[in-house]
Amino acid sequence: MITTKRLAAGACALLAALAAGIAPANAADGPSKNSPKVELVLDVSGSMRATDLDGRSRMSVAKEAFGEVIDAVPSGVRLGIRTLGADYGGDDKTLGCKDSKQLYRVGPVDRTEAKTAVATLQPTGWTPIGYALRGADQDLGTDGGTRRIVLITDGEDSCGQPDPCDVARELAAKGTHLTIDTLGLAHDDKTREQLSCIAEATGGTYTSVQHKDELSGRIKQLVRRAEVPVETPKPVNGADECAKAPELGAGLWTDRATFSEHRWYKVQVKPGQELRTSVSVGADRAVDRDYGVLIRAVGPGGRELVRGSDAGSGRTDVMSSGLRYPVGKSGDDEEDKEARTVCLEVSHSFSAPASVKRDPGLPVELAVDLTDSPDSPSDIAAFGLGRGWVLLAVLALTGLIAGLVWGWVSRWRVSVWRAN
Amino acid sequence: MRVTTMARPAAAVLLAAATLFTTAGAATAASPSPAVSGGEDGAPTEAGTTFRTATPVKQGQKATASASTGDYLYWQFPAGAGQRATAEATVQLPEAATRHGGATWQLDVFDGLRRRQACASGEPTKRALRQDTTVKVTCTLRTVRPWADRWANDPLPGAYYVRLTVSDVPDQDLGLPVKAELRADAEDAGGAHAEGGEVAPLHAAAVAEPESGWNGGWWSARWAWTVGGAVLGALAAIGGYKLTRHPHRAARQQ
Repeated sequence: MITTKRLAAGACALLAALAAGIAPANAADGPSKNSPKVELVLDVSGSMRATDLDGRSRMSVAKEAFGEVIDAVPSGVRLGIRTLGADYGGDDKTLGCKDSKQLYRVGPVDRTEAKTAVATLQPTGWTPIGYALRGADQDLGTDGGTRRIVLITDGEDSCGQPDPCDVARELAAKGTHLTIDTLGLAHDDKTREQLSCIAEATGGTYTSVQHKDELSGRIKQLVRRAEVPVETPKPVNGADECAKAPELGAGLWTDRATFSEHRWYKVQVKPGQELRTSVSVGADRAVDRDYGVLIRAVGPGGRELVRGSDAGSGRTDVMSSGLRYPVGKSGDDEEDKEARTVCLEVSHSFSAPASVKRDPGLPVELAVDLTDSPDSPSDIAAFGLGRGWVLLAVLALTGLIAGLVWGWVSRWRVSVWRAN
Repeated sequence: MRVTTMARPAAAVLLAAATLFTTAGAATAASPSPAVSGGEDGAPTEAGTTFRTATPVKQGQKATASASTGDYLYWQFPAGAGQRATAEATVQLPEAATRHGGATWQLDVFDGLRRRQACASGEPTKRALRQDTTVKVTCTLRTVRPWADRWANDPLPGAYYVRLTVSDVPDQDLGLPVKAELRADAEDAGGAHAEGGEVAPLHAAAVAEPESGWNGGWWSARWAWTVGGAVLGALAAIGGYKLTRHPHRAARQQ
């Protein structure tokens, strides 16, 4: 499917190239308004001078990787670059912690221009990760298309406030489908914890870079990942009771549910249709060891129709469950043409230590589907057919008895006829 | 890395040429592998990271992905009624020198409604020791049924999600590179599992229909048993009748 899309995109690009005469290869298929956007956020703080990646400095490895990434950016992706700690080399924390700027605006990539911009960078200042993430979020804008930030850094935030992990969670909760992937060039515990936390908060990934070629390979992979077409969920606000619940149609929805909160939604199901929903509650922060999720379909009067649940413990990204509820047709009653209202109640049993922030709640993804599905098992066996030696014995014995009875009856009739 | 720098002008020439024919090459000429598929026989070379982005895999195809320890890798494969599906994942662990201890890898399978599915057999969780280079986890599902009660969690035709992740690992080892390989196969469970009923396949739009169809074929061994039984019954009936018609001969034979 994706290959076809690529071919179609190729055909479009060819037409565009013909129409525009000779166009530069990178602008020939300029990304559309809804194309995915990726911003690379590069740490240019003083510590990037360290030479511990296969004997080369972190900065030179990062620069080389950026060159390769810029060469390999898929034509459908809009790419931007932001730096942090690139300009202010002084000791004033307030200034150093606001040192982040956009190096290359998010848009179709001019390869030479982008590479020249990266080449000028020199390791300089502080590491204001939280501040830079907020900036990157603004750079990406809010128009359509998937949004992805790739953060490449060698250290924990040296500014403390705002806490980058809280910033990441706050950005993810804005409902603009932001994913932050992090790459760590240093391997100390604090850096790892912070970068894992940022990635976890937005459903992104954390990579610890050990060798120089791993860096460019991973960034390229993340940029390509942005290009994969994916359905973005629409935001919805669940109510705390069925009566006030918002009505959902078929589609993908997203919400937030804090600890021990119940969220209600409503769905209209016509007779003959089957309601199918899946719910995933994401663990985007440190949570306690055991957890679960429950989704219930509730009919009029609060009667439970069907439920789906799952529970688990240990490391996880999401907890999911689902349910199906077919609404049968019963004859051709006038009233049976009307759609039924089914309420969906979503709850989860995640909990967290007191030190963990409660707000915004955990991300909830709800997929609602209404399908025309037959719901009539004619027989539990295929076509009502039988199987097994007992069946054969029963049939053979029945045949034998029938044959014997038939034979005896005809003999008896013959003898009666003879007697008369 | 020098090689890459040298290759750039060549890539540019290629790029220009590619624009004339098909620009599918434009994205692929520079990057070693395209977005999702591109391995042998078009098998996926990337895995998704959420249910929504799960990479579709055909039955019998070998999907590969490079990832970081701690990533959650998602694929989805189709299974039709009467099939017994097995997902098998092999993880190539990071170099032993960079690791700080053993790691437990886990394979979870969910149905198209994201309901967890039981592994009827296989080894869905496995602990890799520090010196191990690979770890293999497998999960064989229960036989897919063509219909199930709405209250049941039985496997139904449609897509199945596979999630591969490390469930227990020293914190220092998170983020290290791994390579994963996934293969989903299905075998026909036979007449014993040929059941009646039908539902529309779950989340089927994302995956290709299996060769035997979502609902299996009409044929099953049950036809042979039933027809065989009918023939046997008829023969027994004729035999029984004959027995009463020629009692003397039958008696003499005894």
